[in-house]
Amino acid sequence: MDIPSIDYILDEAAKNNMAIWQVVLKEEQAESGMSEEDIRARLEESYQVMKNAAMGGISSEVKSISGLTGGDAAKYYRHYRNRKNLMGSLEAKAMSYSLGTSEYNASMGVIVAAPTCGSSGILPGVMIAAQEEFGFTDREAINGLITAGGIGAVIATRATISGAAGGCQAEVGSAAAMAAAALTEVMGGTARQCTHAAAIALKNCLGLACDPVAGLVEVPCVKRNGIYATFAIAAADMALAGIESFIPPDQVIDAMYQIGINMPSAVRETAEGGLAITPAGLSAKRRLQY
Amino acid sequence: MSISMFDILGPITVGPSSSHTAGAVRLGLACRTILGEEVKKAKITFYGSFADTYRGHGTDKAVIGGLLGFNTDNVKIRESLQLAQFRGMQYEFFTGEEGRYHPNTLAIEASGKNTTISLRGASIGGGQIRIQELNGFPMEAACLMDTLLVVNKDSPGVLANIAITLNVAGYNIANLRLARTKREGDVITVIESDARVDEATIKNLMGVQDVLRVISMPKF
Repeated sequence: MDIPSIDYILDEAAKNNMAIWQVVLKEEQAESGMSEEDIRARLEESYQVMKNAAMGGISSEVKSISGLTGGDAAKYYRHYRNRKNLMGSLEAKAMSYSLGTSEYNASMGVIVAAPTCGSSGILPGVMIAAQEEFGFTDREAINGLITAGGIGAVIATRATISGAAGGCQAEVGSAAAMAAAALTEVMGGTARQCTHAAAIALKNCLGLACDPVAGLVEVPCVKRNGIYATFAIAAADMALAGIESFIPPDQVIDAMYQIGINMPSAVRETAEGGLAITPAGLSAKRRLQY
Repeated sequence: MSISMFDILGPITVGPSSSHTAGAVRLGLACRTILGEEVKKAKITFYGSFADTYRGHGTDKAVIGGLLGFNTDNVKIRESLQLAQFRGMQYEFFTGEEGRYHPNTLAIEASGKNTTISLRGASIGGGQIRIQELNGFPMEAACLMDTLLVVNKDSPGVLANIAITLNVAGYNIANLRLARTKREGDVITVIESDARVDEATIKNLMGVQDVLRVISMPKF
């Protein structure tokens, strides 16, 4: 795909009377030479891997290699099953699955980077929870994933999806934007609404630092995945209500990039700033030095 | 820049990090493929961020998993250290300091029954890799396309004959790079093609004058 901007996607969608997923699918087919069904088959495989990881994460108390994280997804899911949750069931499930995927990732489980391993919980968390709550088909869920892929591709092209290059906003922010657009897509939003959902989600992640304790994809990554799954739902909900981002989506992406390159390298995945150098963070790091 | 949806929604991989885990699996797998036989002995040196965090990120298990022939989505990577012992593969890990390299760099010296190779490569993000040195030759290969590594003497006309052999067999060369050191006057020619070159054509390439070795690496 060679998609330079969200505006390009919206122009193509308007010109051809298409949904975003159709525009993105057409671009991917043109670039890869794959048929629609081949692309769908690969995405279906990915969606199964996502479901497996989410369920793996909530069903047992998985521990990471370092021992820094694990068990929180199962704990929260139990809390929800006991109907003690404060949020609605959509958000509670999304947070469970997102935490679960992220813990599964930290334990060397098989996941789908979306767009990265560190932010791999958000998109599946939102989509699996929404599918359970609203009952859309796997085929429709795949349409949402294709839309998410298109939004992610624009962010990767115009800005970055790497924490080392742009901080956590580039990873978790991108994942939240992708999930918000995907959810808006499957819930019947217009192409424009999908892109504004993405913009609203990303706007609210701006400035997010990448400051992992001991340099590992665990603290604060796991809980951040859980929290930002609910952000993505909130952004989609606003967009579906007709609320638009005052700053157009492409300009939000450009702003994210501009903030990213201006961030000190201490908070761009080097573990030399932020939470990583708090007394508790440093003491955990010392404990892990074998 | 062209990007695939599967670069955004993917790779499917064991966690926890696409750069520190998935990329390390692929570097190990690339080494196993180039060696062309089961790895009996491996010395792995981690540099930069790999050296600092390889245990917590499972980079050690990842690279051994790749050397055992696993791709990134293989759950057995988690137990690869035990599996290696079970299969009689000896391995040792070292850390090195080398400021000039990419922060996520590793070097592998791997031996099978017949040969030994050394390889240095970097994990450049999102699970993507670059092989940067093979047997002391600086080179560059990404393993995203079907790749041929042709070791040949640095003599005039070899490259033309290689290209003609591929052309006659109907292969389209997408990328071609030469790497040469002064050492023995050998060259590694890295050829990326749109389709995997078949056995018969590889045999023909082996027959080209001054071609010493041809290694075929399918994309993975």
